[in-house]
Amino acid sequence: MDMKRRDFLKIAGISTIAGLGAPAALEMLLKGDAPASSFASSAAPAEGAHGAAPVTGKQYGMVINHRVFTANQGLAQQCIKACHVTHNVPDFQNPKDEIKWIWETGFENAFTSLPTSYPSEVIESKFLVLCNHCANPSCVRACPTKATFKTSDGVVAMDYHRCIGCRFCMAACPFGSRSFNWRDPRGKDDKGRYFIDRLTLNKDFPTRMRGVVEKCNLCVERLAKGLVPKCVEVCGDTKAIVFGDLNDPHSEIREVLRTNFTIQRKPELGTKPSIFYIV
Amino acid sequence: MFEKALVGSSKYKVWMAFLLALMGIGGLCYVRQFNYGLGLTGMSRDVSWGIYIAQFTFLVGVAASGVMVVLPYYLHNYKTFGKLTILGEFLAVSAVSMCLMFIIADLGQPMRALNVLLHPTPNSILFWDMIVLNVYLFLNIFVGWVVLTAEKKGIAPPKWIKPFIYVSIPWAVSIHTVTAFLYAGLPGRHFWLTAILAPRFLASAFAGGPALLILLCLIIKRVSKFDAGKEAIQKLVTIVSYAALINVFFVLLEFFTSYYSNIPGHMHTLDYLFFGLHGHSQLVPWMRVSTVFGIVAIVMLLVPYTKQREDTLALACILLFISLWIDKGIGLVIGGFVPSPLEEITAYTPNPNEIFITLGIWATGFFILTVLYKIALAVKEEKLIA
Repeated sequence: MDMKRRDFLKIAGISTIAGLGAPAALEMLLKGDAPASSFASSAAPAEGAHGAAPVTGKQYGMVINHRVFTANQGLAQQCIKACHVTHNVPDFQNPKDEIKWIWETGFENAFTSLPTSYPSEVIESKFLVLCNHCANPSCVRACPTKATFKTSDGVVAMDYHRCIGCRFCMAACPFGSRSFNWRDPRGKDDKGRYFIDRLTLNKDFPTRMRGVVEKCNLCVERLAKGLVPKCVEVCGDTKAIVFGDLNDPHSEIREVLRTNFTIQRKPELGTKPSIFYIV
Repeated sequence: MFEKALVGSSKYKVWMAFLLALMGIGGLCYVRQFNYGLGLTGMSRDVSWGIYIAQFTFLVGVAASGVMVVLPYYLHNYKTFGKLTILGEFLAVSAVSMCLMFIIADLGQPMRALNVLLHPTPNSILFWDMIVLNVYLFLNIFVGWVVLTAEKKGIAPPKWIKPFIYVSIPWAVSIHTVTAFLYAGLPGRHFWLTAILAPRFLASAFAGGPALLILLCLIIKRVSKFDAGKEAIQKLVTIVSYAALINVFFVLLEFFTSYYSNIPGHMHTLDYLFFGLHGHSQLVPWMRVSTVFGIVAIVMLLVPYTKQREDTLALACILLFISLWIDKGIGLVIGGFVPSPLEEITAYTPNPNEIFITLGIWATGFFILTVLYKIALAVKEEKLIA
């Protein structure tokens, strides 16, 4: 055997490295985030929220009934206020630093690719918008640290302690749902006013630090306790927002989707938004 | 070899002192930003990346352009570029260093930057960008240093360095391709969502980078005994002109697709950048200056009289560099955020603090470049004397 000891060690070393790496790489490829649906499913939304995809877990979603909100003026603002108080969302009182989880916007802003020839009461009214908790979220794909991720309930959640503040997710979100803490949300302005009101501070939910991204979390902290999201609770019996598992064919939300004509924001982008609107 | 950077003429010392002063101011401004948060920039919810990421994108191009002298010399044995390769490699080192500093300056939580390594996420393009940039930085420092050390000793570079050089060539293409992928794969950002973004990035990089290299060669000729030679410079001019023309062609293709298809989302940002959108025309003067400078520069680089005279050549290179810097260092990144996903128009004006940090990083880049060039030129001058 004329193989030198040195050469043997080299080959042995390389094989070991390859051996160690291969199973992990293979597992990653096999597991992958294989697209859970086909083209056919996106063409047949009547099948349910996300088509006939193999159901691997829950996908919570909402149907926002715009007609109920139009009939109950002020309800949307109550939802926004309740959400922002529950989650200690700071108020900087300027658009540059603004942080918002759920807010109202015009029809043309919410549904940018739809025609503007709908009845004027629709076109001229404000729509409640929030994170779409997409089944195929582009923000999760973009995040370099897994600080934003899909939970097993289908929620697009955030780990504020892992986020490095690169804001790639903000560029990736086609719905403008993400906000960044441009300054310390726990601080106060020149006049001594706290950005998070001390009187309504919710001690059960963490405040954030500066330099991280945040957004609607579909109230994961409440879901964990068996409660519905705060905005859904505020709407109560009006059924202005119906919340449920889009992957459960027997859920109330699926029944609503079966019996009503609903629209989504920018469905053409294939992110599969989990928020539906009855207009 | 670093001792060679410690001695120099009084002009050299004044230049270094000037850069150090800018670096100092930039450093202080960064401390302010670190303590207050990124609210000390002009960025907002809608325009969430600003001048830092724009400079980063532009400088990745400058870094990649080093390959334009390395490739002809090592793959085609084009001897005329032999003297230039080290300048190309060290330009890449300084440009990548600036890229990394701009990324850190842009992070909301810079202390957590290593999370990218602690929690590697291959589905994120940023993860790959981090890898390709750092490897490219290593390759250029390593190759440049080994080749220069050999030159100092008056011997041929060791044979084992060749594979590193060959790898660095496609690697240069990869850094700008991956950087383009940061943008070109985002749904809902129509201006960036174009398959031609990576080639366009490369074309503008291969025009802007060598244009800068020509300028550096002309400066070096005046401040040292080193002359790149007319033939080498004229060959660079040819490279710059081709790349600049291809870049213009690519930009025109974007215009065709957007305006012929008439799809609103595809026209909005171009409208905003070049003509104004709903009365918002903040960037229009910039983009028009970029267009005019670009056209004038290309004409000057094609006309034999202006491209062969050193003064007009320098002017053409300056105009082209400014034109491409505006196009990529301002228009491309900031324009991509306007209009926002909710079709709102938010203006972005960099904060003075942000501008000083930017200047400080550029100064740091030029400081690194000057030190490296000083060392390389000192070695080359020794050879000339000997």
